[in-house]
Amino acid sequence: MRSIVLHSIAGGSSLASACLRRFQFLALAAGSLLPGAASAEYKFNFPEPVTPIARETLHIHNEFMLIITILFVVVFAIMIYSMIKHRKSVGHTPSTFTGPTSAMQWFWALVPFAILLFIDFVLMGIPAVQAIISMEDTKTRADMVLKVTGMQWKWQYEYPEAGVKFISTMSTPRAQIANAEAKGEHYLLEVDKPVVLPVGKKVRILLTSTDVIHTWWVPQFGVKRDAIPGFLRETWVLIEKPGIYRGQCAELCGKDHGFMPVVVHAVPEPEYLAWLEQQKAEAVASAGSADRAWSSEELIAEGKTVYDKVCVACHQAEGQGLPPVFPALAGSKIVSGPLLDMNGKIIPDSHVDRVFNGKPGTAMQAFRETLSDVELAAVITYERNSFGHKLGDMIQPAQIKALRQEAK
Amino acid sequence: MNTSTEHPVSSPHYFVPQPTLYPVILSAGMFMLAFGFIQMLNKFGAGGWVMLAGTAVIIGVLFAWFGKVISESQSGAYRDWEDRSFRHGMIWFIGTEVMFFAAFFGALFYVRVLSVPTLAGMEAAHGFSLWPEFTGTWPTSGPGGASFTPMGAWGIPALNTALLLSSGATITWAHWALLRENRRQLILGLAATVLLGSIFLGFQAWEYHHAYTELGLTMGAGAYGATFFMLTGFHGFHVTLGTIMLTVILLRSISGHFTAKRHFAFEGVAWYWHFVDVVWLILFIFVYWV
Amino acid sequence: MNTATTANGHADPHGEGHYSGPLRWLTTTNHKDIGTMYLTFSLIMFFVGGAMILAVRAELFSPGLQLMQPEFFNQLIGVHALVMIFAALMPAATGFANWMLPLMIGAPDMALPRLNNWGFWLLPPAALLLTMPFFLALFGIGDGALATGWTFYAPLSVQGGMGVDFAILAVHILGISSIMGSINVIVTIFNMRAPGMTLMKMPLFAWGWLITAFLLLATLPVLAGAVTMLLTDRHFGTQFFDAAGGGDPILFQHLFWFFGHPEVYILLLPVWGLMPHVLATFSRKPTYGYKAQVYSFIVIGVLSLVVWAHHFFTAGLPVPALIYFMFSTMAISIPLAVLFFCWIATMWKGAMTFETPMLFAVGFIVLFGIAGLTGLILADVAADAQYHHSYFVVAHFHYALFAGGIMGVMTGVYYWLPKWTGHMYSEKLGKLHFWLTVVSFNLTFMPQFFLGLAGMPRRIPDYALQFAEFNAISTVGAMILGFSQLLFAWNIWSCIRGGEKAEPRVWEGAEGLEWELSSPPPHHSWEIQPVIK
Ligand code: HEA
Ligand code: HEA
Ligand code: HEC
Ligand code: CUA
Ligand SMILES: [Cu+2]
Repeated sequence: MRSIVLHSIAGGSSLASACLRRFQFLALAAGSLLPGAASAEYKFNFPEPVTPIARETLHIHNEFMLIITILFVVVFAIMIYSMIKHRKSVGHTPSTFTGPTSAMQWFWALVPFAILLFIDFVLMGIPAVQAIISMEDTKTRADMVLKVTGMQWKWQYEYPEAGVKFISTMSTPRAQIANAEAKGEHYLLEVDKPVVLPVGKKVRILLTSTDVIHTWWVPQFGVKRDAIPGFLRETWVLIEKPGIYRGQCAELCGKDHGFMPVVVHAVPEPEYLAWLEQQKAEAVASAGSADRAWSSEELIAEGKTVYDKVCVACHQAEGQGLPPVFPALAGSKIVSGPLLDMNGKIIPDSHVDRVFNGKPGTAMQAFRETLSDVELAAVITYERNSFGHKLGDMIQPAQIKALRQEAK
Repeated sequence: MNTSTEHPVSSPHYFVPQPTLYPVILSAGMFMLAFGFIQMLNKFGAGGWVMLAGTAVIIGVLFAWFGKVISESQSGAYRDWEDRSFRHGMIWFIGTEVMFFAAFFGALFYVRVLSVPTLAGMEAAHGFSLWPEFTGTWPTSGPGGASFTPMGAWGIPALNTALLLSSGATITWAHWALLRENRRQLILGLAATVLLGSIFLGFQAWEYHHAYTELGLTMGAGAYGATFFMLTGFHGFHVTLGTIMLTVILLRSISGHFTAKRHFAFEGVAWYWHFVDVVWLILFIFVYWV
Repeated sequence: MNTATTANGHADPHGEGHYSGPLRWLTTTNHKDIGTMYLTFSLIMFFVGGAMILAVRAELFSPGLQLMQPEFFNQLIGVHALVMIFAALMPAATGFANWMLPLMIGAPDMALPRLNNWGFWLLPPAALLLTMPFFLALFGIGDGALATGWTFYAPLSVQGGMGVDFAILAVHILGISSIMGSINVIVTIFNMRAPGMTLMKMPLFAWGWLITAFLLLATLPVLAGAVTMLLTDRHFGTQFFDAAGGGDPILFQHLFWFFGHPEVYILLLPVWGLMPHVLATFSRKPTYGYKAQVYSFIVIGVLSLVVWAHHFFTAGLPVPALIYFMFSTMAISIPLAVLFFCWIATMWKGAMTFETPMLFAVGFIVLFGIAGLTGLILADVAADAQYHHSYFVVAHFHYALFAGGIMGVMTGVYYWLPKWTGHMYSEKLGKLHFWLTVVSFNLTFMPQFFLGLAGMPRRIPDYALQFAEFNAISTVGAMILGFSQLLFAWNIWSCIRGGEKAEPRVWEGAEGLEWELSSPPPHHSWEIQPVIK
């Protein structure tokens, strides 16, 4: 399959391929002139491709750059020639022609457009169509599925077959961003928990979002696809080389759009499987722990981790928020309000309701589906006992679990 | 149309009006209206009052401005050349209105043909659905929407269709009378049109009341509610404007402003009215009927 | 001349004499005065929009957040774009139309003078609405201007603060203004041409504007509809863009780009119409391929309405749609190549001189060529998966919008300034302005192509370390570029104040009715229309 993708470029039509082959030599020659193709570090071009699609895209890109460079040079060489030769100061007397008159002139006037048509629809068009078809073919012989959910401002990854699911947030310390600390090597492109994928497997990626549109992009994969709230989008990758690949959210998604990196850890399959097993075990352990009674200290400690990972971008480290958009939790009436009603049900617009169901039309999203029972219980309990709140009460993971079942 | 030979096609002088303050004041009024509206939506300052003041300014200027135009027209300042400018202007203005409605019809077709079926067919397309229970039969308020009863086509809407179509006929009758200098029939035709337009609006108001109180059909009723109310609402707004303009034309007809030769204002309003009529027909078919 | 016939209600040609000072400008119905106001407004807003982005570039000089928080950054880029497009570039083109169309087609004025005045006076309130949220935020009201970029994508814009409401209303008012301007242009062209000037004898500038005006009429109402839906989604509970209600965020993108794509041709068609005049003048040779250019304008106009989805190739359109939009987009390169061909053929075998307008015209052709050619490859769906929402796109459209749009406008300003003011501008300063602009422009935006290729997303306030060098270069370029524009303003200002007297036919090779009139033309020109043979 890979070879099909690879060679599709030259196999489009015999006409196109003949031309392209003719170009190969030229391409190599010009390649060393073109800043892009030559530089080993790819500073002036796409980063090194590691999937068939990325390789194909780079190839197309180089081809196109060559074509438009030639067009540019030819067209403007003619113009500059004219500017030098047909100056008043060299005594050129102006002609008076206003258009082609003889059949021959018509012919020569139309040649450039014939060439351009050929370039547009054959030289550029055919490889492009083939690339589109292979890019969009997400389903044929897919080995596994990865579900990616964009949310302000982090990515959630889910392995549906394995029942593993986690959130990945940027781990660059805010101090580095504020220039208070030296910047690390992978400044802004590092996360607390990278997504792990096996090498050599076709991974079908399903994308969606919980709030606004995000775009999942890893340049070296040649993959960029929008994650649209309420809809599913698909793309695929087949990583050919182990390594750590970094990318970013590419659609403006609010304040921390620039701080929403994607980090993919591509490993050989056995390593991947071992990692997955470990994740599964952790998932089971945490699901089990939802049923036991937690102490308030445990919940608060766990809650702080969740808060610092998930909530801090909006409500800030000390719960001071960023008014007027992101309300402070310190001093919030909602946080200091009652937990649940007498029957253990959710009170509308209460603390639990807000975290559980979010508030539509604002950045406060529903965390019901994204956080586990333990995480929800922990973060709520933590908030009620921090930022100056000393309510002393707590909510148990088991209660959350019950609320969840009711909602169903 | 009227091509009179009385004035040469290219009269030596085009009518360039005197300097005027109306546009600046109108813009100021619109600014107040917009700013007040934003204040109201975001609950700061005295939004409602600012809006009100803006509206008053706008209405005041429009009165004065149109009054000025009418008096210029009566004094014979406009001849064929100017008249043609107005006609062209009005036609292209109606053209923009067509595109405005096209946007909303586009939205309606888009949700019906693309987004609702996509939401319903997710399982089939991806082997996994975010909205497993959603079947996507139109009309719908979407996978997360509340239930409602859609508006039937053959009650009030059908009646309203008949009303508007008749009003199209009555205004044509009025025009016909005007061309024959038949004042009585002109006034009668116009009055009938105004009446029909007003009844239409009355029915529509009643229909909205019915929708909100009994059918659970609100602006918030998902894609159906949104397209229903925006399309019928903007249409109703245009009918209201049209009726007001017709009333003005009626009053001017009563004062004998129009002649068989020169009555751009009448025709402009008539075109507008026909446009509103056609929009309704499309609306009736795609919003109420199919 | 100028015999006033007030008898049957005609304006006294010197009626404006009643007002002087500010009131003259508030009340004027004269196309030249209105043109001057449009152009002045445009220049001011160019500096406003530019100052915003200079702040952004300063922030992007090095990694880390130095000057501003991300929220403010996002507000600056979106308002920069809206100001530049709606308050700088479009009014400049409308200013040209107001000043020059009547002169060029032998009309006594624009067809609907009062409407014309209104069209202009809608602009300042709209500009105020766009920028006011910045100031309100200083007083603790709201959270600043819209932070969604100029594209307003839902649902980010549904979630956004009150800046979005301000922008929506501003867009409504700007839309009304442009629609009034366009209706006026169309009516003027159809109804006010001098006897004997058939459509196919009309100056190309008028043709370019005519197509622009039609595109505006066709697309602005759709934008108005889109932002209205946004407003009701935000405040009145509709769910046009919410999947839970059966709506779709992508619907917004379709509606926006149905306007947004033609908009880029709206911005450039007047300039493309202007180019042949300038090139012919300074080549002392008639325009090559008049008809071909007219047909190209028409084809571009029509095609521009059917290619909009190339702005969201990554949103997951179905494959047939991708292929269709790719090919239809590429097809636009054909009429544009015709234009390039005609421009170069107009220069070919002329007797060229290179005064400032000609320099800008040539600079325009080369740099816009880069924009167009990179546009051509952006249209390729597969490659666009890399380019999309990266700085490559930012570079592409600044080559189009600045080197195409703004430099095109500058061409026109230098070309017509002597006609407007009656004085020659300083050729020396003009040339200096040109070279500084061209060099620093490339210094600013060429590195952005490479940034994009290397994977830097647009609309980010802070970036990874590997992008640092190019960003620093770009910022330095932008600063030089920005401050060079002060020369432009200064040159215009001194030209208004005085200078060498300009002849009626300012340029040796200039042809056309506008050059038959004195420089500056009388307040009322062509009251008696010339007759074209
Ligand atoms: C004035 C503005 C302007 C102009 C004229 C253009 C012109 C073109 N643009 Fe551009 N574009 C923008 C402004 C403009 N664009 C903006 C603002 C955006 C980003 C918006 C945003 O997201 O914020 C954008 C984004 C944009 C995209 C989306 C990229 C993305 O977001 O992923 C695409 C994709 O197809 C595109 C394509 C094109 C094409 C094909 C043309 C064509 O019209 C170009 C045609 C011209 C040529 C092809 C050159 C002429 C030919 C020659 C010089 C040589 C040939 C000659 C002979 C053979 C004789 N543009
Ligand atoms: C006509 C349109 C136009 C014009 C002319 C410009 C002009 C410039 N633009 Fe603009 N730009 C856009 C349209 C335009 N832009 C659009 C549509 C976007 C996309 C926005 C989005 O993503 O939504 C954009 C985005 C954009 C970005 C990307 C931001 C991001 O994605 O994060 C950048 C970054 O470098 C940039 C830079 C510049 C620069 C340096 C100029 C220079 O040409 C500016 C030159 C500077 C001046 C003219 C200023 C002079 C001022 C002074 C010297 C101050 C003097 C002060 C006083 C007199 C009080 N622009
Ligand atoms: C993307 C931004 C964002 C994130 C992340 C976020 N919130 Fe919020 N939150 C908001 C916004 C915006 C509101 C205000 C909603 C409104 O208008 O009432 C809010 C409101 C709240 C409130 C009510 C406060 C009040 O007084 O109105 C609570 C409690 C809350 N959030 C808890 C959390 C918790 C717990 C988390 C993490 C698990 C979290 N939030 C993550 C944006 C966010
Ligand atoms: Cu998420 Cu940008
Ligand atoms: Cu486009």
